Amino acid sequence: MIRKTVENVQEALKGVEDGMTFMLGGFGLSGIPENAISELVRLNIKELTCISNNAGVDDFGLGLLLHKKQIKKMVSSYVGENEEFERQMLSEELDVELIPQGTLAARCQAAQQGFPAIFTPAGYGTEVAEGKEIREFDGKMYVLERAFKADFAFVKAWKGDKAGNLIFKGTARNFNPVMCGSAKITVAEVEELVEPGELDPNEIHIPGIFVQRVFEGKNYEKRIEQRTFRQKS
Amino acid sequence: MALDKNGIAQRIAKEVKDGYYVNLGIGIPTLVANFVRDDIEVEFQSENGILGMGPFPFEGEEDPDLINAGKQTITALPGASFFDSAMSFGMIRGKHVHLTILGAMEVAENGDIANWKIPGKMVKGMGGAMDLVASADNIIVAMMHTNKAGQSKLLKRCTLPLTGVGCVTKIVTNLAVIEVTKDGFKLLERAPGVSVAEIEQATEGKLIVEGDIPEMKL
Repeated sequence: MIRKTVENVQEALKGVEDGMTFMLGGFGLSGIPENAISELVRLNIKELTCISNNAGVDDFGLGLLLHKKQIKKMVSSYVGENEEFERQMLSEELDVELIPQGTLAARCQAAQQGFPAIFTPAGYGTEVAEGKEIREFDGKMYVLERAFKADFAFVKAWKGDKAGNLIFKGTARNFNPVMCGSAKITVAEVEELVEPGELDPNEIHIPGIFVQRVFEGKNYEKRIEQRTFRQKS
Repeated sequence: MALDKNGIAQRIAKEVKDGYYVNLGIGIPTLVANFVRDDIEVEFQSENGILGMGPFPFEGEEDPDLINAGKQTITALPGASFFDSAMSFGMIRGKHVHLTILGAMEVAENGDIANWKIPGKMVKGMGGAMDLVASADNIIVAMMHTNKAGQSKLLKRCTLPLTGVGCVTKIVTNLAVIEVTKDGFKLLERAPGVSVAEIEQATEGKLIVEGDIPEMKL
């Protein structure tokens, strides 16, 4: 076994600097690396490029970094529900690159798996494809999209072991697995950290080879954005 | 009488067939799930990573690790599965999802769709819409026939930035069911009590009317 554990979030984020590019897992506020985000806020590093499907809400998730003006550029597929984001985007303090959600996932996965680029039909004929190489395969048009290059990936899993093997829960899985091993250093925070052997190898979603640092996170808030119910009849 | 949002959803539900995996967009499309016949086997996919999506939970049973693409709390039905975002769009791009139902701001007679951006206004992003429309073979648009200013949303050419090109197969509005053909919008059905003339007047793009146009059956 190759041990991937670090003591705490401070050790897990060792080496982060101004101007770096980060990947952050999560969909909306579900499955976001809450501990890593809090530590990035505390470190107050600036000029960051963040690759993340969404940008959090005003007072949670990546919204906390936006509030302190730590982010220079966001690469996302959907950024609604965030007034401070809107203000910074409209005043051009913040650079925003909007890309299709499947393309975002594919560009992460390409980085993870050693593909320099992929062809996708998403965005063909739209402004997303402007300036990009277009190629026809079997009569259909595809856009060339490059793999991401990032310094750190911050992901959140449900359970992990000390070898860095990860298991995700429900739809909190989302972008987390495709960001593992997609940056120079992958930092995984887990709700429950166990000894090697305690997780069934059959049930592991991400093998530890894709993870450089793992730690047990604290004080998860796991906020819900849209609490929706059905009535008991 | 023109349909309301639930009426549009009810009519679209008839397009959902036994054995279909279906992706529902936000808004009217979400309502479609309420009207699908219960004697057929259908699974709903939400692109954030679930197949076999169930209804909203009862109060007190909500789970922050179980949401749909609209970030609403949901439930998982027996037989459901979870997966990552790459696999989710893999099943969309790979045409394993049979039907995509989504809203639109504009649809053109050549099947182009615009539904993500209004220049000059705050842009929230395309989410998964561009992937969905670029890949699915069967794309039904659910929308009102005209916008709030009374202007047609069925156009010769889209005026807003496009989400996808030549992709929409069918449109269900408050007034009509329309098939998108290589020759233009083909009128298939009228909403109850709505005349062909009313639909023609509300349609800027080329509307093909052949023979008697039946009323929708809901």
